[in-house]
Formats: sequence, C-alpha cells, structure tokens
Amino acid sequence: MSTEHKQQSRPFDRLTATAVAIDQPNVDTDQIIPARFLALPRAEQVPHLFNDVRYREDGSPREGFALNAPTAKGAQILIAERNFGCGSSREHAVTVLVDNGFRVFIAPSFGDIFHNNSFQNGALPIRLPAERIREMLDHLARRPDASITVDLESQTVTGPDNWTQSFEIDSFRKQCLLQGTDDISLTLTYADAIAAHERRAAAECDWL
Amino acid sequence: MAEAQGATAATMFEKIWRRHVVVDRPDGYTLLYIDRHLLHDGSYNAFRRLAANGMKIRHPERSFATPDHYMPTNTRDKSTIADPNHKRMVVGLAEHAASTGVTIFDIGDRRQGIVHVVGPEQGITLPGITLVCGDSHTSTHGALGCLAFGIGSSEVTHVLATQSLWQRKPKAMRVNIDGPLGFGITGKDVILAIIARIGAAGGTGHVLEYAGSGIRQLSIEGRLTLCNMSIEGGGRAGMIAPDDKTYEFIAGRPYAPKGEAWDRALAFWRTLPTDDGATFDREVTLSGPEIAPMVTWGTSPEDAAPVTEAVPDPASASDAARRDGQARALAYMGLEPGTPIAEIPVDRVFIGSCTNSRIEDLRMAAAVAKGRKAQIPSWIVPGSGIIKEQAEAEGLDKIFTEAGFEWREAGCSMCVGMNGEIGRPGERIASTSNRNFVGRQGKGVRTHLVSPAMAAAAAVTGRFTDVRRLLPA
Ligand code: SF4
Repeated sequence: MSTEHKQQSRPFDRLTATAVAIDQPNVDTDQIIPARFLALPRAEQVPHLFNDVRYREDGSPREGFALNAPTAKGAQILIAERNFGCGSSREHAVTVLVDNGFRVFIAPSFGDIFHNNSFQNGALPIRLPAERIREMLDHLARRPDASITVDLESQTVTGPDNWTQSFEIDSFRKQCLLQGTDDISLTLTYADAIAAHERRAAAECDWL
Repeated sequence: MAEAQGATAATMFEKIWRRHVVVDRPDGYTLLYIDRHLLHDGSYNAFRRLAANGMKIRHPERSFATPDHYMPTNTRDKSTIADPNHKRMVVGLAEHAASTGVTIFDIGDRRQGIVHVVGPEQGITLPGITLVCGDSHTSTHGALGCLAFGIGSSEVTHVLATQSLWQRKPKAMRVNIDGPLGFGITGKDVILAIIARIGAAGGTGHVLEYAGSGIRQLSIEGRLTLCNMSIEGGGRAGMIAPDDKTYEFIAGRPYAPKGEAWDRALAFWRTLPTDDGATFDREVTLSGPEIAPMVTWGTSPEDAAPVTEAVPDPASASDAARRDGQARALAYMGLEPGTPIAEIPVDRVFIGSCTNSRIEDLRMAAAVAKGRKAQIPSWIVPGSGIIKEQAEAEGLDKIFTEAGFEWREAGCSMCVGMNGEIGRPGERIASTSNRNFVGRQGKGVRTHLVSPAMAAAAAVTGRFTDVRRLLPA
C-alpha cells in the first residue's frame, strides 16, 4: 500500500489541544475551500482553508476571523454551529482542514457527506447538544487559548471549565478510527458475501 | 403486494435498501451493494488513488463517466483549456476511463453533459437501483424511484474497488405536497418552498420521499429538479415513486432494459412504491395551491420567499443567532430589510445546472423570452449535448439568441464556476442552480436561486418579476 493510503487512516485515540471557534450555522464546504482551488495539488490547497472569509482582496488577513487569531496557531479542534460542512461533497473540505492540523470537529450537526468524509481521513466529527456548543463558543470568545480534551475510547469531551460531556459515535467508526483501519481493506474481507449478492441479484434483476 | 398492511407495509426506501444489503453488521453498519456508479472530471483523484494502491475496478461496466465541471462552455476543444490543472482533470478522466474500460461520454460526444442530466437521459438511472456518484446532487436520480446519493472521493475509490459502500441506514421522511400546483409553478418553486419550511438541515440523516397530488402532477423533469435539491434541505437522498410517466420517460433509452427484459423490469418496478400503511420517521405536509414562484434572498437555500413578499427584517427574527445570521446574509447580499423582492434589480442571469438545464426548463424559459429582449447579460447552458440538439431542433436557440441571450455548450458552467465561468464581485445573479452560498458563483457574487421561468423573467425585465404575469396563459 502506498504511503498516501496509510496516511489517510492514521489512528486516533486521545487529543488535548486548543480550538478554533467558527460561530456560524450552515458553514458550507464552498466556504471551507472555494471551488477555484479544488484542481490544485493537495499540498497547494493547504493555505486556502476558508480563503475568501479569511483574507481580503489584497491577501491580507481579515481581523476578527477566528483562524487569523494568534491563538489559532496549533489548534487541532474546530467548533462550529449547526450543519457544519453542508453543501458540496468535496472531500477537499476535510483534507484541507486535516492538512491544517485539525483532527476533531465539534458541532450540533454536520452535513452527512462531510461527516462520512471525516472518518475517511482519520478525523473525528463529534455531535454535541446545541446548548453545550453555545457554552463552548461563548467560553472560547472570552478565553480563546483554552484547551479541550477529546477521548475517543471513553467517548468524552472535557471542556475548559472541566466539565465532561459524553458523545455518541457508531462503534464501527470508532473501531476504524482507533485502529486506523481503512474501509477498503475491511470490505475486501467480505469478498465472498459481495460475490454471493451479485449472483442473487443477477438472477432477480437480470436487466442490469 | 400493493395491499400490504401493518407490520409488513414498507416504504419504497426500505424495499430498495433491503434488496441491496450485502452484510448487516451487529454494530449497525451495512455493506450496501451499488448497482450503478457515475463519475465526472472531479472524480479524477479517486481513479488516481485506486491506481496508486494497485487496485482494480471490480465492475467497469457499472461505472459511467462524463466531464462536466472543468470544461469551458464556449468551446468543445479540450486543447484550449488554459489552466493546466483544469486540463488535467478533463483529459485525465478520459485517460483513466480508456485504460480501465469505464464507459465515457467525452467532450465532442453528443451524449456528454452534466453527470446528473446524463444518467437519466441515457437510461443508466432506473427504478429500484442503488446509484452513487462523487457529487452531492446525486439525489437528483431518485426522481425515477431509485436510491441515489452523493459520496466523497474516498468512497468513490471504495465503490470502484468493491462495488459496495459502508452505510448506516438513514431514517425515512415523507414530504407531502397536497393539492394541485398553481399556474406557472415549477418543481424549483416546490423544492425551495420545502427547504424554506424544513430548513437547510431539516432532512439531515433522512432519505426524503416526496409524495402527494402536487408531486404526481410534476413532469419527470420537474421531479428531477425537486430531488436534485434534497441535499439543500439536508437530505441524504430524495425519491419519488415511479409511475406511468416514469416508465414512459425511461422506455427506449440506451441503457434501459428492452423487449422481454423490459416486461420483467416493469413488473418489478410496479412493486416499488411505498405500501399503504407504511410509517415514516417524520412527515411534513405543504399545501400545493399555496406555493408561489420562489426567490432566495440570503446565502442559504433555506432563505427563500415568494416573489410577492419582501426581504425579511432580522430585527423580527425569533432568536439572536437567527438575527445575526440574517443580518450577515443581507450584508453580503447588499439588501435592505423590507425591500419588496420584485423591486430588486438583477445584473446577470444564468439558466443551467443539474437542477434546471433539461429540455422542459429551456422550453419554459423560451416561453418567457419569446418576443422580448434581455436587459442584462443572460446565459443559457443546456445540460447535455443531446438537450442542446433537441432545443435547436425545436428552434429554442433562435428564440433565445433573438432575445439577446447567449446560447452555450453543455456543462456545469456558472453553477460553481470551476471552469472559470464566474460572476464579478458584487454582481447580482438570478440563477437556476441550487446553491446561493457566499462566493459560490465567484468571489463576492450575490446569487438568487429561481426557476428557469423566473430567471427568464428577470432577464427581460432586469429585476425579479412574478413570471405568472409574463407567461402566455
Ligand atoms: S451543475 Fe452545479 S451542482 Fe450540478 S454537478 Fe455541476 S457543479 Fe455540481
């Protein structure tokens, strides 16, 4: 297997890091990475995370945008309002976040495809209740350097005031992340079942 | 089967899902078989990853490719693509297709077009199948009664390698449109009204089935438009039960069954619709006759209102978060609260995209454009080479060009502007596409989503106009 493939399924267990707060609902993948950068090689996409909201016309950083704060440096957790990563299926939205150092996304809800794409790239999307997200966003507005701990094994997030909140995750996805298993290798262990399905389906729907 | 009741009554989604389960794991994950798979020029990376890992395509005959995002729509000559990265996507797709045996409808082939237009047009999309594509608007295909959804690029590689996908079973939601739609109301208005009601995350985790007399009344083109934007309402997929209109639409298409196989397929397709008494996790009902021509005023598709209304006032929003969101959207859109939508001037019109570039869309736009003059730059971008030909055979291109519209080649074009066809900062575009996100049609561009008829009305009047006043009765 190539290194690229291995890298995509880097295991995840526990993380303590600072966070960047994007205090907006419905942040779409066009904002995370605008369409005009998608054809660039992956490494060249890295500086364009949130490009159009983050920089002015002349390329200078826009003050007030969370990613431009000095405390954003080294952040590995991103916290946002509901429906984060909605819109286009572009997986670049996840890879550009991962390549900028983010491994955990926390929001009340996510776009379904973004949510799936996260797992494909060794990143952990966590859904927490909207009130808890509100608290975290408000806290980070006051203390942007606060750190947050995410523990996948125990399925908990520990916040800046030392509260601990548990989260739900599919045990399938949890195991894949903990072990760094990639989906294709796993699926190939079911090759016989796929072949059996194909024989059955060929008999039932012979027009396909 | 049609009389199935109670415990055995199943939704159409449930019936299709069950037939495609390869493995149900105790942890709630299902390996789902994928019957047909579509690829576009943005899928180039998935091919590349497969090759890099030394893997083969399990069933090249189940995948179909067409370039749409990166090809300019003023030419059919690939060698003129100026950006080398763009060219690599278009040329690379054809190279990978050739080396792997995947069918491609390439530039220069009349069957080329937007992937979600080409699938139904070629009869690749059929009732009862599972269909995926590395594009969120794959929900479009559910209009023919199949389970179709968008996936990410890693999942595209997975489908190429295994012809299957790991899925957690989504929930099912039914959206009923009760009663007939009014004069001049299209599938686009219906879906914008639905999203305005349920919100951009309203369908998250659900497959949406659209039902009711307002849906049955829609043509197949209208149903494709409706299902296309399921994703804008957060839905994983959208679907509509197949009926005689569906079968008539499919019959005779190149990849659809023929002869005796057609009869067997048809008998099966008739068993697909949701049984009476089947239950949904959620149900929403809208009144068909109350739906008006819709226009979006903000930067999320949920920010939609009837053309007869005004831009909302953030001050009267229900909570602080919503107020801030609306204020931010209006600032970006350059709109004052309380402005009647019908008084907003428009700078440019784009008629096209996988939402609204089919023959019926072009006919409706032409009915409005006929004998009038476009006041602003207005583009018509047909969804496929075949639609372009058909429109030309019907003389629609003449109507458009005489009215001052620009008649272009098939592709995604200004829906997303990946090929460089974008608006200017600050420009206000009436667009028949599906996303009014910040910067979607170019940096600083203000997008308003409308139906093709409403877009044509904006073109000939220079502002949003209730198209019911312009349409021949
Ligand atoms: S027309 Fe627009 S939404 Fe549809 S596939 Fe192309 S870019 Fe995506």
